[in-house]
Amino acid sequence: MSKKIVSMQINGKTVEEAVEPRTLLVHFLREKMNLTGAHIGCETSHCGACTVDIDGQSVKSCTHLTVQCAGSEVKTVEGLANGGVLHALQDGFYKEHGLQCGFCTPGMLMRAYRLLQDNPNPTEAEVRVGMSGNLCRCTGYQNIVKAVLHAAATLQQQAVAA
Amino acid sequence: MIPPAFDYHAPHTVAEAIALLSSLGDDAKLLAGGHSLLPMMKLRFAQPGTLIDINRIPELRGISEQGSVIRIGAMTSENELIASPLLQAKLPLLVEAALLIADPQVRNRGTIGGDIAHGDPGNDHPAIAMALDATFVLQGPQGERQVKALDFFHGTYMTALAEDEILTAILIAPFAAGTGSAYLKLKRKTGDWATAGAAVVLRMAGGVVSHASIGLTNVAPTALRASDAEAALLGKPLSDASIDAAVHAVRAICDPAEDLRGDVEYKTAMAGEMTRRAIRAAAARCA
Repeated sequence: MSKKIVSMQINGKTVEEAVEPRTLLVHFLREKMNLTGAHIGCETSHCGACTVDIDGQSVKSCTHLTVQCAGSEVKTVEGLANGGVLHALQDGFYKEHGLQCGFCTPGMLMRAYRLLQDNPNPTEAEVRVGMSGNLCRCTGYQNIVKAVLHAAATLQQQAVAA
Repeated sequence: MIPPAFDYHAPHTVAEAIALLSSLGDDAKLLAGGHSLLPMMKLRFAQPGTLIDINRIPELRGISEQGSVIRIGAMTSENELIASPLLQAKLPLLVEAALLIADPQVRNRGTIGGDIAHGDPGNDHPAIAMALDATFVLQGPQGERQVKALDFFHGTYMTALAEDEILTAILIAPFAAGTGSAYLKLKRKTGDWATAGAAVVLRMAGGVVSHASIGLTNVAPTALRASDAEAALLGKPLSDASIDAAVHAVRAICDPAEDLRGDVEYKTAMAGEMTRRAIRAAAARCA
């Protein structure tokens, strides 16, 4: 059960650590990397609170081994804001009241981030399907959907302006 | 929850993976998408001493047309099935079914081969594979052999796969022109397993049903092929009476386990209803 040396990029920074094969990515991020954004909710890949981005795909980090990330690029909610300026999604969740307790929010943001990368101009129905792997027990989802659509519009405007 | 400790290997070829399986014996498990195995390990339902991660084996991925069959690498993810233009055009049933499996994140990791090899009657691909008359390619130290989907599932979590074998690919004939298909899955919420599911593949010729295959999800210890229900449809025009007969035949073979999704009677009734709706939907799609 020897440890394995694993190196990966997390939010653009290269890290190298010795980890036990059984260390789940969410534990590695929270306990070794001190990135506590990804939350441990259901631990059985249902709730989506632990969602991060691995090599351009949304993945539930409670059901992924750290050793499987060797050579990967991982993005967490901590990598969304740029120099203290909120990402359009974070701003959208703020403006549209897309959260109450906030527990699901990091996973919601990271899933929405990948959804808008894949489909920059989604319909409301596409947002609902795209976000269907993330549970929220406060909002009833309406404001989360609004927040994602708000962010999509903002990002489209930014793209036109640039 | 943290899984019990294990050793980890990530081979780059099928041959390496089989060599590891052969030397480690039944203490080793293959890690595909991990969305069944890792939760089971957290709960101590499975405690393998070694995981052989087959995610880094390129030959296990991809979808291609090879002569008269479509070959799907066992480690092809659900989202790769959904995005495949080849499957959308020639095996749309697989795309429809994959969209009903789990959720977007899990579909990035979950694989068709893992879904099949796990042998869980709640998984969707076994019934789909039966309805499509799929062939599974198994590779072991002695070489390669092929097993029909119909002969592969022996019981819950029990399959024809030997301990030193890997399911490498799924072979399926593309739909003939005019084929209609549908997968109906009753579930309580996104990500749930089926309360009951029915896959139907149908062709009509001269106003009568010329081909019918029906697979059932989660209503018995394994997925089921509903041969009697198929016989009730074959050679006749599709009518309320023939569909009723097929539904009756489906109910007769159901042997579901009671759980929070429903009791035996309810699940049996729902298997019939999913079949009825899938037959009608498939018929509407016969061009």
